[in-house]
Amino acid sequence: MAAGPGQVFAAVLRRDLQVAWRRWSDAANPALFFLLVVTLFPLALSPKAEFLRAIGPGVLWVGALLATLMALNLLFRADVDDGTMEQLLLSDCPLPIVMLAKTLAHWITTILPVIVVAPVLAITYHLPPEALPTLVLGLLIGTPALSLVGSIGAALTVGLRQGGALLAVLVVPLMLPVPMFGARATDLAVAGEDPTGLLYLLGALSVLAAGLAPLASAAAIRLGID
Amino acid sequence: MLTAEGLSLWRGDQCLFRRLGFVVPAGSATQVTGPNGSGKTTLLRVLAGFLRPETGTLRWADETGDWDEVSRGRVAYCGHLGGIKAELTATENLRFDAALAGVDPAGIPGLLEEAGLAPCAGLRAGQLSAGQKRRLALARLRLSGASLWLLDEPQTNLDDAGRHYLRSLLAGHLRAGGCAVIASHEPAGLADLATGRIGLGG
Repeated sequence: MAAGPGQVFAAVLRRDLQVAWRRWSDAANPALFFLLVVTLFPLALSPKAEFLRAIGPGVLWVGALLATLMALNLLFRADVDDGTMEQLLLSDCPLPIVMLAKTLAHWITTILPVIVVAPVLAITYHLPPEALPTLVLGLLIGTPALSLVGSIGAALTVGLRQGGALLAVLVVPLMLPVPMFGARATDLAVAGEDPTGLLYLLGALSVLAAGLAPLASAAAIRLGID
Repeated sequence: MLTAEGLSLWRGDQCLFRRLGFVVPAGSATQVTGPNGSGKTTLLRVLAGFLRPETGTLRWADETGDWDEVSRGRVAYCGHLGGIKAELTATENLRFDAALAGVDPAGIPGLLEEAGLAPCAGLRAGQLSAGQKRRLALARLRLSGASLWLLDEPQTNLDDAGRHYLRSLLAGHLRAGGCAVIASHEPAGLADLATGRIGLGG
């Protein structure tokens, strides 16, 4: 008797959150990296409020993309190294559901902290408070697409010891629309205009990625394990 | 019943096995022997569906179809990587396996007791000794409900009590009509339980 897709999803999500909670230092790394990248720009370029307000949305979104990339290396690595991925492949539960649950757990533990610190950094970039809800909402509905697209690359490169750079080259071109729409939406909110359309687009990208990426990463992980 | 026909696999230019065929009937075990590097683990990974052989087919009883699909849920693999999450306790590890297999987790304390792991059921698996981890990986076999067990050097790290546990586990599985393929470079040990033999490497 096999478990239903809902049970498998819940079991994998629960396990991955539990493991991440007990190894919280791994989960904190992307948020720290994000903090570092975003605070470096004003120091290296110019601290003028006008300038920072102009580059702020773009820097925050690119920072979120880089933090996602950095975290992706760890998405499947631990499971492959300790053999639990082999066990998942053997069970007759639907693998795309497993991949979706793993990616969601990974997003919650590594990217959610990034989104929590983003508004604080946005204030240091002199973004007006009215633009913060758009920034946070955009990140909340846009970054899942980044993690999902990234999961394909992470699954493809899991067999390689030093797959980090290759992973970035593979997935960044596919991720690009997300920070473009996201930063533009925040720009519009900063200028006092309506960003709704772009937020819808971000949501559509995430939904599309949630439907397709787990299928691709499930196929890729089967190739990666040998 | 597992039937293998004409399996061949190369590693680089080295041929590990060529046109290998064997049958593992229900209720019996087959031992794969051979020196280090002769391809015992590779053969088990082919049977587990992780690797595709260059030629040959694998069949389960009368089922037709791709081994990838047919083997899903029928095969349990206990290899060098234990498949145990170091951050979770022994009980939590088994509970996850039970959830995936759709099995009632009520039997887990009993399984841990049998494996001699009851006193450390609440310890993180990372703190267990190598032998205890191996016992935990063996205890999982019972949860999977799989008919074909693939055991890669299952006696590694086990003490006498652990070997006894392995023997009783395997004997029970065979009595229940299951079958097993066991890779081992030690000819003794489980040889009396194994009726078939496959020699690799020379």
